[in-house]
Amino acid sequence: MEEWVIQTQDLTKRYGDFTAVDRLNLQVMAGEVFGLLGPNGSGKTTTILMLLGLTEPTEGSVRVLGLDPARQPLSVKAQVGYIPDQVGFYDDLTGRENLIYIAKLNGLPRAEAFRRIDEALNRVGLDEVADRPVGTYSRGMRQRLGVAEVLIKRPALIIMDEPTLGLDPEAARDFLGLIRNLKSQGITLLLSSHLLHQVQTVCDRVGLFHRGRMVLEGTVEELARRVLGGGYRVHVEAQGDPQAIEQSLRQLPEAKRVTRSGPDIYTVEGARDMRSEAARAVVQAGGALRSLRLEEPSLDDVYAHYFREVEDDRQS
Amino acid sequence: MTVSREWGRVREGSPWTGLWAVVAKEMADYLTGVRMRILEAIIVLTAFGTVFAAAENLRNTVGQDRFLFLRLFTVNVDPLPAFVGFLAFLVPLIAIALTFDSVNGEFNRRTLSRILAQPIYRDALLFGKFLAGLFTLALVLTTIWLLIFGLGLVRLGLPPSTEEVVRSLWFLLATVFYGGIWMALALLFSVRFRSPATAALASIAVWLFFAVFWSMIANVLAQLLFPLRYGLVQEVLAQSRASLFFSRISPITLYTEITLALLRPTVRAFGLILPTQLEGMILGSPLPLGQSLLLIWPQLTGLIAATVLLFALSYVWFQRQEIRA
Ligand SMILES: Nc1ncnc2c1ncn2[C@@H]1O[C@H](COP(=O)(O)OP(=O)(O)O)[C@@H](O)[C@H]1O
Ligand SMILES: [Mg+2]
Repeated sequence: MEEWVIQTQDLTKRYGDFTAVDRLNLQVMAGEVFGLLGPNGSGKTTTILMLLGLTEPTEGSVRVLGLDPARQPLSVKAQVGYIPDQVGFYDDLTGRENLIYIAKLNGLPRAEAFRRIDEALNRVGLDEVADRPVGTYSRGMRQRLGVAEVLIKRPALIIMDEPTLGLDPEAARDFLGLIRNLKSQGITLLLSSHLLHQVQTVCDRVGLFHRGRMVLEGTVEELARRVLGGGYRVHVEAQGDPQAIEQSLRQLPEAKRVTRSGPDIYTVEGARDMRSEAARAVVQAGGALRSLRLEEPSLDDVYAHYFREVEDDRQS
Repeated sequence: MTVSREWGRVREGSPWTGLWAVVAKEMADYLTGVRMRILEAIIVLTAFGTVFAAAENLRNTVGQDRFLFLRLFTVNVDPLPAFVGFLAFLVPLIAIALTFDSVNGEFNRRTLSRILAQPIYRDALLFGKFLAGLFTLALVLTTIWLLIFGLGLVRLGLPPSTEEVVRSLWFLLATVFYGGIWMALALLFSVRFRSPATAALASIAVWLFFAVFWSMIANVLAQLLFPLRYGLVQEVLAQSRASLFFSRISPITLYTEITLALLRPTVRAFGLILPTQLEGMILGSPLPLGQSLLLIWPQLTGLIAATVLLFALSYVWFQRQEIRA
C-alpha cells in the first residue's frame, strides 16, 4: 500500500449538474512521473485541486501519501509541493524573499531555511538572480522559482499544473530537463498538460482525460500499441521503381501500413522499430536507399486516433 | 463554489499555524509600501495643522482648564475642524486603503493558491492580514499621538496630568478599534469581489453612506415612526431617543460619542437631557475616568462586536471559496 503515493477511488467533482471529474481511479507509484493529459476543460486542474484539498470532492475518496487531504491537510501540504498553472509571486520582493516567506509558512527554523533556500536556488539555476525582484523575471525563471519553492519543503511528491505552458521551446526543454533531474532524485511527480508531445518525453505513465474521464492510461508505448496497433513509423527515402519498392515494403510481415507520402518517400508503420527490415526490402526491390528516419510513437497520434474512433462510434 | 466540509469537523493542528509569518510579511509590505507613505503624510499634515492651531488658541487659557491637553484634540479653530473630527473622517479611509485588496489582490497576482498549498489554514491567512492592518494602523496612530504630546509640551509649556494621559490612551485604543471595523468591512469586500476596484468602491460607498446620509435618514426614520402629534414632551423625547438609536447604527456616531466622553470629561450623557435628569449634578464638573468609561462601554463593545461579525462573515465566505489561481 505504501508504494502508492496517490490513490483515488471513484473521485467525482460536480459543479451543479456539470461533472468536471467523473469517477476517477488514479494511482501513482512512488518515484514515477505521471502525466495527466487532455485538452483544456477536461478536468485536470479540478483533479489536482482535489488531491491538494483545495476543493472538496463531491464523491469518492482521495489518499495522498496515505493521508486524506481533507482531514489532514497540514500533513499533506507539508509533504506535497504544488506549482499552480501560471504560478504567481510577489513581484516587488526578490526571488529569495519570496522563498523566505514560504519557508516561514512551513515553520522551518531560520538557519535551516536559509540553507535549503540556497540549495534550491542553486538547483534550479537561479542563484545569480535570486536577489532581484521577481518582477524582472522571465516566464521560465518564474517557473523555476516555483520549483525552487517546492524544493524547500523536501517534498515526497510534486504536482505541477501545465508546467510548460507559455514557455518558449528552449525554456520548455530546459524545464523538462529539470523535471528529469527531480525524478532522478526519487521525487514522485504528477504533471498536467495539454501539450502532449512535450510531456511524453518525461512521463513514465500517462492518463488521457476527456470530458472529466480518464479514458486511457498506461505507458506511451502501451497506449500506442493499444490504440494505433503500433506507432513506430519509418520514413524511407529511396530511388528506383516505386511500384516494386512499395510492393516489397508491404510484404514485410510486421508492417501494418505502407504509404507513399512523396515522389521517393515511403512510410512504414509498425509496432516496433523496423528500420533494418525496411532497408533490406528496398535493396531487394532494386532501389537505392537515400535515407531512413524513425518516428517514435507520439501521444498526439494516439490522442487523435483514439478520439477519431470515439467520434466515429458516436456518429454510427 | 462548494461548501467546505471543514465546518464542524475536527481539524488537524492549530488553525493559527503560520499566523505570525503572515502578520510579519503583511506588515513589512505595509510599512515599506508607497501607499503607507501617502497615508502617513496626509495624517501627519492634518494632525500638525489642527493641533498646532488648537495649541495657539489654547495658550491664552492656560491655567483655566484642568484638561487643557485633551482640548488639543477637540478644539477647532475656524476654518479647520478639530483633530478628532478629522480622525473620524480619515481613519475609515486609511483602514479601507490598507485592506481593500488584501485577498483579491493575492488572487489576481496568482499567489493565493501557492500560499494556501503551504501547511497553513485559511484562517491564519485571513486573520494575519487583518491583524497586520490593525497593527499598522496602531503604529501610525501611536506615532501621531506622541507627536501631538510633543507639540503640546512645547507650545503649551506644561506637562499633561496622569488622567489626561490615560484618557488620551483610551482614545487612542478606541480609534484603533474604530479603524478595525472599517478594516473588517474592506476585508469582507476583498473576499467577496474579485476586482480590487470594486471592493474599494463598495467600501467607500458604505463609508459615504454613513458619513453623509445616515444622520439624515436616522432623523427621517425617527420622525416617521414617532411623529409629533400633539407637541407633548413625551413625543419630543421619544422622537429624539429614536433618532439617537438609529444614528448609533453608524460606527461614526459611536466613535464620536466615545471620543466626546473620553476627551471632554464634563460630558455626562448623550442626546436630549431633561432638566429632571440634571438634578443633583453639578453642571460643568468633570466625571471621573471610571464614569466616563462606563458611559462609553456600550459604544465600545458595539464597535468591537460589529467588527467581529464582519470578520466572521469574511471568514465564512473565504472558507467556501474554491481557489483556482
Ligand atoms: N467553479 C466552477 N463552476 C462550474 N464549472 C467549473 C468550475 N470550475 C471549473 N469548471 C469546469 O470544469 C471543467 C474542468 O475544468 P479544469 O479542471 O480546469 O480543466 P483543465 O484543467 O483540464 O483545463 C471545465 O469545463 C470548467 O469549465
Ligand atoms: Mg487546467
